[in-house]
Amino acid sequence: MAKSIVQEFTKGLWKEIPPFRLVLGLCPILGVTTSLENGLGMGLATTFVLICSNFLVSLLRKMIPSKVRIACFIIIIATFVIVVEIMMKAFAYDIFLKLGVFIPLIVVNCVILGRAEAFAAKNGILPSLADGLGIGIGFTLSLASLGGIREILGKGTLTVWGEPFFTGPIFSIADIFPKFEPFGFMVQAPGAFVALGLMLCLMNLMESK
Amino acid sequence: MNEMLKMVVVLTGLSLVSGGVLSYLEGSLKERIENTILEKVQAPTLRQLLVGSENDPVADRFKIGSGKDEKSFFVGIFDGAPNIVVLEAFGNGYGDKVGLMVAIDVTTDKIMNVGVTTHAETPGIGANAKDDPEFAALFEGLPVGEPILVKNDGGEISAMSGATVTSRAVCVAATSATKTYEALKPQVLEQIKGFSK
Repeated sequence: MAKSIVQEFTKGLWKEIPPFRLVLGLCPILGVTTSLENGLGMGLATTFVLICSNFLVSLLRKMIPSKVRIACFIIIIATFVIVVEIMMKAFAYDIFLKLGVFIPLIVVNCVILGRAEAFAAKNGILPSLADGLGIGIGFTLSLASLGGIREILGKGTLTVWGEPFFTGPIFSIADIFPKFEPFGFMVQAPGAFVALGLMLCLMNLMESK
Repeated sequence: MNEMLKMVVVLTGLSLVSGGVLSYLEGSLKERIENTILEKVQAPTLRQLLVGSENDPVADRFKIGSGKDEKSFFVGIFDGAPNIVVLEAFGNGYGDKVGLMVAIDVTTDKIMNVGVTTHAETPGIGANAKDDPEFAALFEGLPVGEPILVKNDGGEISAMSGATVTSRAVCVAATSATKTYEALKPQVLEQIKGFSK
């Protein structure tokens, strides 16, 4: 039974939300989610690549010979990743500096190759676009929430884009708990595993009820 | 055979289209990217070096050479005379390349001051090359034409403690900047005439 476009879109938001449900693409989620801003930037970059590559893979799926399909997917994905990299250099240089090497690494993000192989190569253009958009937004939400949690616990504040949009942090935990001491552990690499584990645990709890 | 041919054609076609799109994009955004990097990376150091100049050194710049040998020079105007030129050079540091802006007074052929732009050195040790003004001050007044070395290598500069590699990198960058300046001096003098007011 064919699922509707809406279903293809919404499944990425909860049922198959990466990386919590799919547990794919852990490299960026562990590497860049030190702050809400980095998580958002990475998520949006990945979403763009995901939508574009899903569209193109789906468009070309009848032309691509199955023996070289992975190579073709990688060419398509890599092209869009470099597009993102050039665009970020030109228009969002500060975020580009923070994300650094993780931008080119989007090429090998399993979420994108996974969607190309598992979905876009077998489905039409519209469902593929919906799938890319849903998974992309889900990925962005996960990265942003994980980044947000780590930033609040690790630094005690939450900052988005900074000036000119907001002056200073938009949220400071010290306003609620004046004696709160930020634990820097959370913004370092092991904190990513702890935060990710807790998020997975929380999601499973909600599911089991 | 037919399938083989199809694979080759599809892969080649995809690569060609991809290469074409990317080089077009790169070409059309090149200037913007250069300006962004200039504004974010070089401009703060540059303004710090030329504090008190009568012009905007980021706007008053020229290039000598072309292709790989192209060098950007920035001009600082003091007392109405465009006598300071600034150029950037690089040395291999502990983490990555260390970028150094060197301001040279063309009337005396001496270094006016230096400032680190980009680096990936250890915070608190090598990174002091950028953060500690005392280290940069060691380069003030050094004449161009002689290689600049740390004391261990028989030179004048006392290396930062624990950061000999970074100190050497800064010296290499400074030497390379002065060499470039010496080699291109006639063209530099020609160019800066256009900036006098």
